[in-house]
Amino acid sequence: MTTTASLPLMQGLLLAGLLFGLGLIGLLVRRNIIFVLMAVEIMLNAAGLAFVVAGARWGQADGQVMFLFVLALAAAEVSVGLALVLRFYREFNQLDADAACRMWG
Amino acid sequence: MLELLWLVPALPFFGSALLAVAGGWCSRRVLTVVGVGSVAGSMIVAGLVGFRFLRSVHSDPVYGQTLWTWMGVSGFAPTIGFHLDALSLVMMLVITVVSLLIHVYSTEFMIDDEGYRRFFAYMNLFVASMLTLVLADNLLLLYLGWEGVGLCSYLLIGFWYREPVNGQAAQKAFIVTRLGDAALAVGLFLLFARLNTLNIQDLLQRAASQWSVGSGLAIAAAALLLGGAVGKSAQLPLQVWLPDAMAGPTPVSALIHAATMVTAGVYLIARMQGLYNLAPSVQTAVAVVGALTLLLAGCSALVQRDIKRVLAYSTISQIGYMFLALGVGAWTGAIFHFMTHAFFKALLFLSAGAVILSLHEEHDIYEMGGLRTELPVCFWTFVVGAASLAGLPLITAGFYSKDGILLDVWASPLGGPWLWAAGMLGALLTAIYSFRLVFVVFFGERRTAVGSKPGRAMTLPLVLLAGLSLVAGYVELPKLLGNVHLFNELLRTVQPVTEYDNLSTGTHVALLLFTMVVALLGISIAYLLFLLRPGLATAVAGTGWGGALSRCWFEGWGFDRLYDRLFVRPFLWAARVNQDDLIDQVYRYVAWLCRLLYGALHRMQTGQVRWYAAVLATGSIAMIAIVVFS
Repeated sequence: MTTTASLPLMQGLLLAGLLFGLGLIGLLVRRNIIFVLMAVEIMLNAAGLAFVVAGARWGQADGQVMFLFVLALAAAEVSVGLALVLRFYREFNQLDADAACRMWG
Repeated sequence: MLELLWLVPALPFFGSALLAVAGGWCSRRVLTVVGVGSVAGSMIVAGLVGFRFLRSVHSDPVYGQTLWTWMGVSGFAPTIGFHLDALSLVMMLVITVVSLLIHVYSTEFMIDDEGYRRFFAYMNLFVASMLTLVLADNLLLLYLGWEGVGLCSYLLIGFWYREPVNGQAAQKAFIVTRLGDAALAVGLFLLFARLNTLNIQDLLQRAASQWSVGSGLAIAAAALLLGGAVGKSAQLPLQVWLPDAMAGPTPVSALIHAATMVTAGVYLIARMQGLYNLAPSVQTAVAVVGALTLLLAGCSALVQRDIKRVLAYSTISQIGYMFLALGVGAWTGAIFHFMTHAFFKALLFLSAGAVILSLHEEHDIYEMGGLRTELPVCFWTFVVGAASLAGLPLITAGFYSKDGILLDVWASPLGGPWLWAAGMLGALLTAIYSFRLVFVVFFGERRTAVGSKPGRAMTLPLVLLAGLSLVAGYVELPKLLGNVHLFNELLRTVQPVTEYDNLSTGTHVALLLFTMVVALLGISIAYLLFLLRPGLATAVAGTGWGGALSRCWFEGWGFDRLYDRLFVRPFLWAARVNQDDLIDQVYRYVAWLCRLLYGALHRMQTGQVRWYAAVLATGSIAMIAIVVFS
């Protein structure tokens, strides 16, 4: 109780926002699909951090519970994502995400 | 006995249905039995009913039979019901007798045709429709029969449908009569809207009590019904379909001309007589239409080369007589002429059909010639028919009916010398063209070898009809020649019989003699022109004026060309102009707009995941900004 109260809300959220923004930038500017995946992971972690901070602020366990969900989600996402990356590499012999733009009509 | 009335139209109808549904498994013999037997049964029932009815006609002049209510929609409840009075009795008897003889004739005429079953199915339906028409007690059921007759004429005129020309003739008949039918339908709507019933007797009563003589509504209704009658009966200006209707088999022509289709209009006007009494101007129009048609068609009949077309124009002209009689108020005279005309016109068509069959489908009268000795039965029956048509005095039925009409036209206040003169001129033309056929076809030298000769099934109806054409007139004789009035006495129970006392005996004798002289004069002219001096007619046709006139007559006064210019071509022109539909343009712009929007939107769908993510992020930020800052 006492330790969580000392966790500063403002800095925590700032850090989460910064991390989220970095992840977003990474998502938008990297073409290598593995880096895109990593950027998504960063964004997920940023969101998790925001949950934890918020949970600490109000002294509720919900934030931590949500973070566990986010971790599970991230693990699932990574397994599916890596499988997609493997298929992608087989198909195109490269990892450039833009190479998959078959949908222009 | 009278309760059997419903069987009269029902028997041929069932015959037709049976032939249509089950006829495929039957042999020709069974088909013949069903096809002819149903009409024969109908005739027997009609005879029994008629016999029973005639015994009590003067005490009880109307018999009604309602089978069931057709439909009931808020006050509109037409029945399937039949109405028997002297008028429908005469029509019914003539239709069944003549139809039966034509059916018997057809069993031999059509024996080699692959469409034997189809033919009898249509013919039975034709007879059933016509009987429904004349027996109906309300105008809606009458209209059902009316349309049934139109349908059957279409089916039968185009019976040999493999020839495109026949199909066109059938369509022409259908479309032209449809114009009249549309007028009739509008007339029925008008009558129902104003008088709130379609039952003929109620309708006439209400009209007489609610409308004054010459009121606008009565005139409109009578004129619309006249439109329908003009279409079905092939009168001016809708007469163009009948000559082309010769495309069907000859028994069909006989049926259409003698017993069914074309007399429907005459019957309609006679039946709606009460309405025409309220609209004297329309009644005069009926007489004028009849007189004009009579002359125009008579002239056209003079110059045709196809034997059936001569007879077709002759029918148009004789129906013109009936209209003339209706128009001057000689209601019974019109029905009398209908009866005799049914006999001799059926006779002429069937006889001509036998000639055509014997000469292997030769229709041109100038290719016939000299058949007098080769086909004696055809010759004598044809002569009887032609004499009756021409009105050969004293011995033929046609003389008495035509003379009756001419007397009435002279004496009636609605008639007068002008209409009488038109009728007289028509009688002269009739005598000339009918004996032109006799002399050209049966006299002179032979031009085509005769093939098969008609057998018993064909000659028997011919002989019977010839007998009827001779004796049918004796039921109604003018005052000076026997003074027999059986027919008028019968019809007096439904229709007023006008007797003209203003006619002095001297005038009467003069008119009678005049009619006789005109008929004999016509026959003599035909003898002179077509047997004695055949060069004379060709010489007249060779001169400039004569040639132009005979060409004009040959083409039926150019009505076909006129209608082609007036209606067909403008219609085709409009269709061509509008072939890329004007209204389509609107929808074309709608389609163009959709394409434009699609062109703009499809650029967003690039397939680039990072671009999607950027858009998503931008959108989210924008949404959040809106939520936070507003």
